[in-house]
Amino acid sequence: MAIQETTLPASKGRARAVWDAIRRQLAGVPLLSWLLGAIVAAGTEHLIGYPLSRAVGMGTVPPIFGVTFILKAPAIIPGILFYALVVYLLPTLVVAKLSAGLANRVAAWLLRYPVWVSALVHLGVLYASMHLWGALNDYRVLVLRLLLIAVIVTLSLNVINGYMGEFSCSHPGFMALGAYGASVMTVLFFVNDDVFGPPLLPPALGPFLFPVALIVGGLVASVGALLVAIPSFRTRGDYLAIISLAFTFIVKSLIENLEVVGGPRGFMNQPNWATLPAVFIVTILCVAIIHNFVTSTMGKALCAVRDDETAADAMTINTRRTKMTAFLFSAFWAGVGGGLLAHVLRYVNPGNFGILKLSEVLAMVYLGGLNSVVGSIVGAVGLQILMEALRPLEILRWIIIPVLLILVMIYRPTGLVAFTELDVKGIVSPKDKAVDEVQHGAAAD
Amino acid sequence: MALLQIDNMTHYFGGLRAVHNYSLTIVEGQIRGLIGPNGAGKTTVFNLITGMYKPTEGTIRFQGQDIVGRFPHDIAAMGIARTFQNMRLWRHLTVLEHIQLAHSANLGYGLAGAFFGIGKRQRREAEIKEHSLHLLEIMGVRRWADEVVINLPYGVQRRVEMARALATDPKLLLLDEPTAGMTPEELLDMVQVIRQLNQELGLAILLIEHRMKVVMDLCQIVQTLNFGEVIAEGTPEEIRNNPQVIEAYLGKEVIT
Repeated sequence: MAIQETTLPASKGRARAVWDAIRRQLAGVPLLSWLLGAIVAAGTEHLIGYPLSRAVGMGTVPPIFGVTFILKAPAIIPGILFYALVVYLLPTLVVAKLSAGLANRVAAWLLRYPVWVSALVHLGVLYASMHLWGALNDYRVLVLRLLLIAVIVTLSLNVINGYMGEFSCSHPGFMALGAYGASVMTVLFFVNDDVFGPPLLPPALGPFLFPVALIVGGLVASVGALLVAIPSFRTRGDYLAIISLAFTFIVKSLIENLEVVGGPRGFMNQPNWATLPAVFIVTILCVAIIHNFVTSTMGKALCAVRDDETAADAMTINTRRTKMTAFLFSAFWAGVGGGLLAHVLRYVNPGNFGILKLSEVLAMVYLGGLNSVVGSIVGAVGLQILMEALRPLEILRWIIIPVLLILVMIYRPTGLVAFTELDVKGIVSPKDKAVDEVQHGAAAD
Repeated sequence: MALLQIDNMTHYFGGLRAVHNYSLTIVEGQIRGLIGPNGAGKTTVFNLITGMYKPTEGTIRFQGQDIVGRFPHDIAAMGIARTFQNMRLWRHLTVLEHIQLAHSANLGYGLAGAFFGIGKRQRREAEIKEHSLHLLEIMGVRRWADEVVINLPYGVQRRVEMARALATDPKLLLLDEPTAGMTPEELLDMVQVIRQLNQELGLAILLIEHRMKVVMDLCQIVQTLNFGEVIAEGTPEEIRNNPQVIEAYLGKEVIT
């Protein structure tokens, strides 16, 4: 060990030592502590965010951790870093470290109940931190909702392109069907609209029936998926890609020519029901259900069909039914995502669901990682934040993002976190055992 | 009653006659061999039995039921399992997942179970896992259960493939060159395993094999195919001395 250290360059050795020290310090911190730290950080921002942001020259609290300022005003980057350090990083680190002991005990206690109890507690704390953070700025709430919708759509596309291994380009079409399906439903039943007339049901019922509208949107998308699936499942590979791409364009032109939903002018008047908690709950449901599906033997049959369809068929897997189920299931969630999107923006336009949307979703899937629920979450969150950061570049960001995608494809062909299952229990369990492991590992080095 | 009864089966690929007038009867507990030079149509016979191709003419009956035109997964669920010449394992899945997936015909839970994890899913998944580990134990590959299958040695992959076929709960096992590419030691192991499956589980086995030693050791009756037609059928001893078989393999001696 001593010999190894002397052969390392001094600077590298020191950086390594610092890194090891940080890892040792933070190894015993469970997720619960991090989430508590995030809440405290958001609280800190409520207290000192405004004066501090003016002091460092931002003028207002940075909408998304300052990433939107990086390109607009590069001169204040040191100020942003200082702000991020004081408001976000320090409170999070300090609180996480201090509460680690208690949080470990709480996490251990929670694990005496089924895993989902612990998961729900963590999600509740996560939501609280998101809510506090979003309360300072409406733009943040919008971005959070778009981000969660991106997670839904990406995850659902991963079922087809990752788990099933087909290349489907029909997701914008499914989203459009879901968006228009859900919008027509809510506007027809609950809104006084020029085209659809007075509401058929008392609007007070609306928020309770919003899930029904989303499900209807999802089912409309599934019916669309059936239309793609019947001809295209006779073929594989490129043919499905072409048929599904054609489907996206068919849906777009169909809506553009449907005067009753506004044609190319778009469709508005959606009620404001897709609030942050609503979108959050739907996203959690989506992640949970898709995770359940892909970890069941029935869902894993998809991977078998992808890796060798002939063998899958010979081993009693009903390949046709498996593929059809997955395709309709995936389309359903894309439709739900579209329905939410329509009610977040409160305006939809067929132009939203074209080739640009497709490349966005595909980029999220392939960046994050195929065949992985975690990967899709990472891809959707990462790319959505990146797109917000690059927003000042306008159309030029569509040069940077593809370049990034090419780099990922060269160095990690299956994406950042591919072929990794979501380990809920591992994420929510206490981490006091991890300290020993890290120290042991460092000693072994 | 015969387990599998094939009568006058013929199959064409376009204009090419791959199998002609092929008949076969397998009774329960029997090990039969199918040999023949490359391209003789042996694997095509397997593909016809398992429903991957539909015979142009002829009938295939399994336990008295006509199975021509059924889906491969239905035929597999009825009790005909097979292995492949090139194994066809699922490269991204673990050994245990391979065996679990071969239980697909009787998962015992539906879409509600898959999506929401409710109903009988937990119990059935636990049962399937236990049964799968048991099968891996029988095949002697249990310690690799959580390995991704492409990382494993060739002999282990062969056993995994056989365990996967067993998991479909077959009555008849079709083995397509199970010893291809094996070392002599692995080969002896495999012969032992096949014999064990036949004697302890009572499986009927139809074996495609090139190595005469394996065929001689295991099979009670051997058929020889050449250009899609049966040219000889009999005990291994008779087949080995049959001039037509020797000719098919080695060619005709030209006497000048």
